[in-house]
Amino acid sequence: MNKTSLLDRIQGNRLVLPLAALALILLFDAFYAPSFFKIGIQDGHLYGNLVDVLNNGAPLALVAIGMTLVIATGGVDLSVGAVIAISAAIGAVLINPALGNELISNAILTQDATNTPLPLILLANLAAGTLCGLWNGFLVSRVRIQPIVATLILMVAGRGIAQLITNGQIMTIYYTPYFWFGNGYILGLPVSIYIVALVFFLAWLLVRKTSIGMFIESVGINSKASFYSGIDEKNVKLLAYAFCGFCGAVAGLILSSYVHSADGNNNGLNYELDAILAVVMGGTLMTGGRFSLLASVIGALVIWTFTLTVYTLGVPANALLAAKAVLVMIVILLYSDIAKRLTDRMFGRKGGQRGPAN
Amino acid sequence: MARRISTFLVKNGTLVIVIATFLLAYFIGGRMYPAMQQPQVFFNLFINNGSLLLVSIGMTLVIIAGGIDLSVGGVLALTTTASAALLRAGVSPAIVIPLMIVMGIAFGGALGSIIHFLKVQPFIATLMGLFFARGMAYIISLRSVTITDGFYKYLALTPLRIPFIPDAYVYIPTLVAPAMLLAAFFLANYTRFGRTVYAIGNNEQSALLMGLPVARTKISVYVFSGLCSALAGIVFSISLLAGYGQFATGMELDAIASAVIGGTLLTGGVGNLFGTLFGVMINGTIVSILQFNGTLSSWWTRMSVGVLTLIFIGIQSLFYLRGRKNP
Repeated sequence: MNKTSLLDRIQGNRLVLPLAALALILLFDAFYAPSFFKIGIQDGHLYGNLVDVLNNGAPLALVAIGMTLVIATGGVDLSVGAVIAISAAIGAVLINPALGNELISNAILTQDATNTPLPLILLANLAAGTLCGLWNGFLVSRVRIQPIVATLILMVAGRGIAQLITNGQIMTIYYTPYFWFGNGYILGLPVSIYIVALVFFLAWLLVRKTSIGMFIESVGINSKASFYSGIDEKNVKLLAYAFCGFCGAVAGLILSSYVHSADGNNNGLNYELDAILAVVMGGTLMTGGRFSLLASVIGALVIWTFTLTVYTLGVPANALLAAKAVLVMIVILLYSDIAKRLTDRMFGRKGGQRGPAN
Repeated sequence: MARRISTFLVKNGTLVIVIATFLLAYFIGGRMYPAMQQPQVFFNLFINNGSLLLVSIGMTLVIIAGGIDLSVGGVLALTTTASAALLRAGVSPAIVIPLMIVMGIAFGGALGSIIHFLKVQPFIATLMGLFFARGMAYIISLRSVTITDGFYKYLALTPLRIPFIPDAYVYIPTLVAPAMLLAAFFLANYTRFGRTVYAIGNNEQSALLMGLPVARTKISVYVFSGLCSALAGIVFSISLLAGYGQFATGMELDAIASAVIGGTLLTGGVGNLFGTLFGVMINGTIVSILQFNGTLSSWWTRMSVGVLTLIFIGIQSLFYLRGRKNP
């Protein structure tokens, strides 16, 4: 039974589809938007659309990493966008305190200074997001509320909390060291890439070098059976949601640092949807079970390559949504049973008899 | 007798609690701001929340059938933009309004078919619908389009006096949502279609085995939701006399929250349309209290709706569990 054809192995690998999608979009660019591949060097660092894909896609990639774990446990986290907004708001407020009802004067706002040391700001950022994740995990694992509902609560209330923190204003940040996370460069590459790599590495260590990854898959496939076989499914779920919150917080840090502001209404808008899309594109089933972190990250990159391609073609930013919907439709069709049956028939296999590639 | 009352309470516990909450919220509002005691403030709830109520009615049926429809806000925005653009192009409202309704129905039908035939999770398929509808609205116009049509203006600006209550009025489009509520209530509780919806929400597999028309009913539920969203869009564009792709962002969440507060279980199979009405009214009451307070801070609305949803989910599971133990 070890004779697996190359075709089977390609079909069994989850990286293939997102990579194929990426290749397809890049191929399209090669013909219709050659400027997409231009990479130049300015002030000692790289710039160009391909770098932008990595830089702008970093928050989404981070959120997708967290979301993968949550979806793998059979849940979903709708609150990541709100978590991003909360984390950004905390950062902005700690830099320029605007608590209470007093209006922030321009004099305080535009100073290139902070009231809190930077490490403390970062810590508060990350702690806020992780706390949100813990809250979601608590609701899902202990109170046993459905994931969609449990995280919906924070999705609705979270933006309210973020606005409350910034007193309903869009807070502009004028503190240069804070910008490093979203705009800085190390060895010619954006800092955000390194942050994604770090978080990815952390997650990878967690799920592939410890048994947590297996626990997550087991809980996602059947949480009751996992419970009876001695896995503490409650804590596994809690961990997944907390990690997702943490990822959201890092994304919020990068995003607020990139746009130099914290806006409770718009920071991380629609990120939950994009993140779910990235994970689904990466081949992780929404019902839980097997997952691939790398495939999700590639899924996020596909989304951003697609986005920037559409921008390069001159489509207005808002109309991009319709194009994205078409992308989702294609992904849905590709992963549907009909498509599977079709490919099976095309390659002369009988239905239901999948190769042993899995 | 006591036993009958207790069964009634367990069966309709959430409905009783949601009505009590609404009355309490309204009473507190009235005590805090005496101006809120005017009857017109009560009718304003219907005037201001007509489209939310319409969307929530569709959402409730979809949730009872075990699905979810995230596309409602998008369809609403698309309807407002498309009708504004068509009216500006000189098309008669007699054509525009039916056309928008047909569009909503077609949209819902397409989403329902994708969900049913491609076995896609409703959550993802309707998310795509949301993206698509909003994107289309922006393709039609990136900016807000005002409506100057005479008929729309007449509908928007003619107050209808309420009999027996002095100085109280509503507008003609305000009546659409209550009428739809009655129709949907009849549909859900007194027709074969309604029973099938509840059956599918409880257990799709057994509904199928019982020989119920699962495919048709499931798709019809999304069609109904699309119809409600389109109607909501028409009401919305009449009351604001404009169309814009950014209208009603996040309305899907308000609708879900209203349904949940009204006692609809998100797992499907349990729900009551009158509960949804009061869910919407609670939402509206919070908004009007904040308006009377004068701060107009939308974040308090969001947070209170979130907290209320949480509380009502707790109450629901309590009643649900208890109702299961001693039926």
